[in-house]
Amino acid sequence: MQKKTNRKTNMQMIRKCMPLYIMMLPCIVYLIINNYIPMAGIVVAFKKYNVKTGLFGGQWIGLSNFEYLFKQDAFLIIRNTFLYNIAFIIINLILGVAVAIMISDITGKFSRKIYQSAILFPFVVSWVIVSYIVYAFLSVENGMINNSILDFFGSPPVEWYSETKYWPFILVLVNAWKSLGYGCLLYIAAIAGIDKEMYESAQLDGASKWKQIWYITIPNMIPTMITVVLLQIGRIFYSDFGLFYQVPQNSGALYPVTNTIDTYVYRAMMSAGGIGRSAAACVFQSFMGFIFIMLANFIVRKVDRDSALF
Amino acid sequence: MIQSKSYQRYQRLLHILLTVITLIMVLPILLLFMASVTDEKVLIAQGYSYFPSKFGLEGYSYIMSNASTIFRSYGLTLLVTAVGTVVSLVITMLMAFPLSIRRLPGRTFFSFFVLFTMLFSGGLVPSYIMWTGWFNIRNSVFAYLMPNLLASAMNIILMRTYYTASIPEALYEAAQIDGAGYLTIFTKLVVPLGKPIVVTISLFTGLNYWNDWTNGLYYVNDARKYTIQVLLNKMIENINALQSGASSVGSAGNIPSISVRMAIAFIALIPILILYPFLQKYFEKGIMLGAVKG
Repeated sequence: MQKKTNRKTNMQMIRKCMPLYIMMLPCIVYLIINNYIPMAGIVVAFKKYNVKTGLFGGQWIGLSNFEYLFKQDAFLIIRNTFLYNIAFIIINLILGVAVAIMISDITGKFSRKIYQSAILFPFVVSWVIVSYIVYAFLSVENGMINNSILDFFGSPPVEWYSETKYWPFILVLVNAWKSLGYGCLLYIAAIAGIDKEMYESAQLDGASKWKQIWYITIPNMIPTMITVVLLQIGRIFYSDFGLFYQVPQNSGALYPVTNTIDTYVYRAMMSAGGIGRSAAACVFQSFMGFIFIMLANFIVRKVDRDSALF
Repeated sequence: MIQSKSYQRYQRLLHILLTVITLIMVLPILLLFMASVTDEKVLIAQGYSYFPSKFGLEGYSYIMSNASTIFRSYGLTLLVTAVGTVVSLVITMLMAFPLSIRRLPGRTFFSFFVLFTMLFSGGLVPSYIMWTGWFNIRNSVFAYLMPNLLASAMNIILMRTYYTASIPEALYEAAQIDGAGYLTIFTKLVVPLGKPIVVTISLFTGLNYWNDWTNGLYYVNDARKYTIQVLLNKMIENINALQSGASSVGSAGNIPSISVRMAIAFIALIPILILYPFLQKYFEKGIMLGAVKG
């Protein structure tokens, strides 16, 4: 009996909430199309794709796409994706924390506003425009570095877009330039949450500014730092397509140091007969990405429940 | 007062360091602007410089004389950004509001349905095959609007959190006692009360649409349908193709000179420069609301 009435009230509740379900419908349909169908579409990596049979047709061919991928290019693109992400995580952490502390300690409200505005600005500039800016510095014929700086010191011009050895530094620099402001915002918010009384009593005890930073500010920022780093580790198999494709201007000579999983997926997909290995790389990324995000989230939950994704 | 002296020294040191950092952030963008107002011959002979020996406005006068091409892609970018932002906002609000109601049967399921899109993704290849094969969005305005940008789990969750935190459940109950249905509650109560989050999310979304060039790269190859970012990207592609001698399609006449390219890049940046004060303010708000996860 009890169960039956429960079900009845449940049905009533659902009927009453009908307008709510209808409201959700457009978004649900969109997420099914944009996200869930492609998730199911990863089967394409295990099939012999051709345009006629489409996403779910085609013949099963097992792991041969993966065999091809791992025999050839996998090592390079995974290494690049991994190492760049590690460099970005470390450098962005150090710079982000340092600059956030500096900005938070500025007493003038107006100057603090100016600094904060300048630092966030590159974050809102598109990758295409960033690549134009980088090109203005590095262009072999017209670039400022070759024409003004190297010329001034009497050094010969550098073929920037074909010399691999400079690019790890350039990419780390460009990435830090573009994303510093966003990371800073997170850390500034963390500093704003620190109890001011701690600093006051430290000052009464005669602690120097450096000691205050080292013993109060930084320890209080650690939960935020851990959260940010872990969430970035969760995305360690993903790379910013704009940074690695657009900034080196898709220069073939630079592939050994600029090819990451994301650029590889795109280029292989566009090349003749490359869609099989492209799909394989794509699926590899999806699964590894999933594992890492779940792991990272699991740890974030232990550190700071509120910062976890779920 | 020794304390205040060392304090002043500390402040001075901070100002010096932050001024250097500010310059590093801003000067590259200034170079883009300087290049766009440098005389073309000076650009070719002496390269990009902050202190060009001669200014010139060829870039901008070229844009004016070829207004139809460039303003068409500018207009298309504005259209895509406006339509995309409005549609995205509406479907995000319509999803977030029901999810904020605790007694909605199936709420956990629908929340997870949204969240899961953040954890797992099919990636580019299946999406590409689906959008081109099933929906045939190539070279249409839907190529810019539909893939990826229309709704994001991040925005839905952000908005839902805002609704649950700022609109008390008691208010819904009071409205229901007065005989208001969910639709009335949504339009009369939730939409007006949620204004700050609406502004934040429309700025995020609008910025993404304006800056997006990947959808154009994947799905558009008709030169009349380039947005401004795609146009800029194609100009680089053409130059590189020409330099490597691989392309016989693009002739030198098709490629605008350096100052023109820089001028187009700069005008693509103008809306962002204008909106930047708002963008910054609401980015900071978004962070406070828990955009850490972005």
